[in-house]
Amino acid sequence: MSAATDHTSPGGSSETARLLSTVDTGRRRTDRAMQVLIYIAFALAMIPLGWLIFTVVAQGGDRISMDFLMQSMRNIFGGDPRGGIYHAILGTVVITALATVISVPIGILTAIYLVEYGKGWLARAVTFFVDVMTGIPSIVAGLFAFSLFALIFGPAVRIGIMGAVALSVLMIPVVVRSCEEMLKLVPNELREASYALGVPKWLTIIKVVLRTSVAGLTTGVLLAVARVIGETAPLLVTVGVTDSINANPFDGRMMTLPVFAYRQYSQGDAPCPGGDSATCVADIASQNAWGAALVLIVMVLALNLIGRLITRWFAPKLG
Amino acid sequence: MSTTVSPPAQGSRRRRSGNTDRGFNRVFRWIAVGAGATILAVLAAVALFLVSEAWPAIMASPEELAEGVPRYPEDTSLLAYLGPLIYGTILAAVLALFLAVPISMGIALFISHYAPRRLSQLLGALVDLLAAIPSVIYGLWGFFTLAPVLTPIWMWLNDNLGWIPLWGGNASPTGRSMATVGVVLAIMILPIITAVSREVFLQTPKLHEEAALALGATRWEVVKTAVLPFGRSGVISASMLGLGRALGETMAVLMILSPGFTYSLDILAAGQHQTIAAYIAADFPESTGLGVNTLIAAGLALFVITLAVNMAARWVVARRKDFSGAN
Repeated sequence: MSAATDHTSPGGSSETARLLSTVDTGRRRTDRAMQVLIYIAFALAMIPLGWLIFTVVAQGGDRISMDFLMQSMRNIFGGDPRGGIYHAILGTVVITALATVISVPIGILTAIYLVEYGKGWLARAVTFFVDVMTGIPSIVAGLFAFSLFALIFGPAVRIGIMGAVALSVLMIPVVVRSCEEMLKLVPNELREASYALGVPKWLTIIKVVLRTSVAGLTTGVLLAVARVIGETAPLLVTVGVTDSINANPFDGRMMTLPVFAYRQYSQGDAPCPGGDSATCVADIASQNAWGAALVLIVMVLALNLIGRLITRWFAPKLG
Repeated sequence: MSTTVSPPAQGSRRRRSGNTDRGFNRVFRWIAVGAGATILAVLAAVALFLVSEAWPAIMASPEELAEGVPRYPEDTSLLAYLGPLIYGTILAAVLALFLAVPISMGIALFISHYAPRRLSQLLGALVDLLAAIPSVIYGLWGFFTLAPVLTPIWMWLNDNLGWIPLWGGNASPTGRSMATVGVVLAIMILPIITAVSREVFLQTPKLHEEAALALGATRWEVVKTAVLPFGRSGVISASMLGLGRALGETMAVLMILSPGFTYSLDILAAGQHQTIAAYIAADFPESTGLGVNTLIAAGLALFVITLAVNMAARWVVARRKDFSGAN
């Protein structure tokens, strides 16, 4: 007799039903409790994400204007509400682009090595140290770039390319990791079909393997760019700060968005005798910081979104 | 006989048929190997250049350091000077880990075993977004938004549970304390711990789970008896990767923590702790000469600590790979 039918006959078998349900009450309660806890854990992670994005949009939204995006901070002092982040956007784009140019060839070729050629101790060592490299603290990467250039140009040097080198140290392992995963997804049948037609291995890699995985590789690179575009500490020690526009990464200091946000944050409130006016706003520095943060977060989220959409739309349908 | 008089012809014919490693094939292979070797060279260069720039500070006597480095106390060796920084770094990372690991495991289980299948990928991507947010924004948010919200909680803990060593001392009225830093760091390392644990949990053999279900286990009992034992080493290595991340985090600590150089346990008090990374970022722009060397020596210490933690984590993962049938 099953527990379900016991409900209909409340006579002699109600004892069985009671036993059946009480034995399981404790276990069922634990199961429920753990389920609730696990749902709460997920909600706990979503709270900061939503809260943070909301705060950045709410605080930074007011500051965003055409002037803010198209002007530099040259000759802007104190609580002057003019000026903008053009120089910082330019610096971020130039330095990140340079870092990408350095990292992507090394990263993709290493991934090709690991997937297509990798055997023996060198491949094992590369795999292991790529993993280890993903854990290098960003400030240490900055110090490395500083040490490298300080030995050549002296300790006072601060140029954009130093920042790009520092970012490359952080970016290369990310590119290798994601590209390796993508290349592994290419089915061996495609390679073998190519060999069967007499195509040499290097041409197979370029024309078949890379062609097939190009969407995934693009995603990997975009996500890697998104990862380093917000790095602050390594740029703080290598590129320095400036209020002027400088598009030349081989000469002079540059400003970048995250460093700009940090600098504005650390300036604190400006003294405005007679309260806020059209020429003096006390908390303009923190407004600037939030504005820069908003632009930065939009860039990062856009890169993430585009990266994921590319895989979804352009990935070849395998299997 | 004719074959022995013309060995070159035979050799070339054999190469044509069997050995394909020539011409562009060979060039391309060497380019790929070169790229792999570059990575090893870069890591070696990082260590080498850090050591070479830190060397003057390591070799300098306490008197020279006191003279050359601003705010350097008299009669202190470099190690004694860096000691509180190393302590602060480890304290921050351990606090963050302590908060993050249980929550990450919950999230990983949620995504792998509790959430609806169709949503799980999207939810995973949402958690990954936490990792994409730049640390400077965490710093801004932590300082302007989170610290004021947490301060009353810290005050309450300090008033009511102050006898517990961790919550003693004078609680900071601004919330710029190690406790707040720990919370922000925990949020920042959630995604990496979650991502690795999730992968491991998803690899649990289906047969184990179904066997548990067949024995009448509830969902939690399946997790407890099949998923968690299988994923234990994965969770350990994920936590160590998170620890490595938290050790090296700079901007959030720099912007939130009010710094100090003590071995204090009072995580609610301001001006007690500082981490290596934040110390370097704060002092680097104004340093010259031996001061820079000292900062790079601190960076070297951080590099060695994170390297050790990461290598240990990877070693745990690799060992697990060898012995489990899941791969």
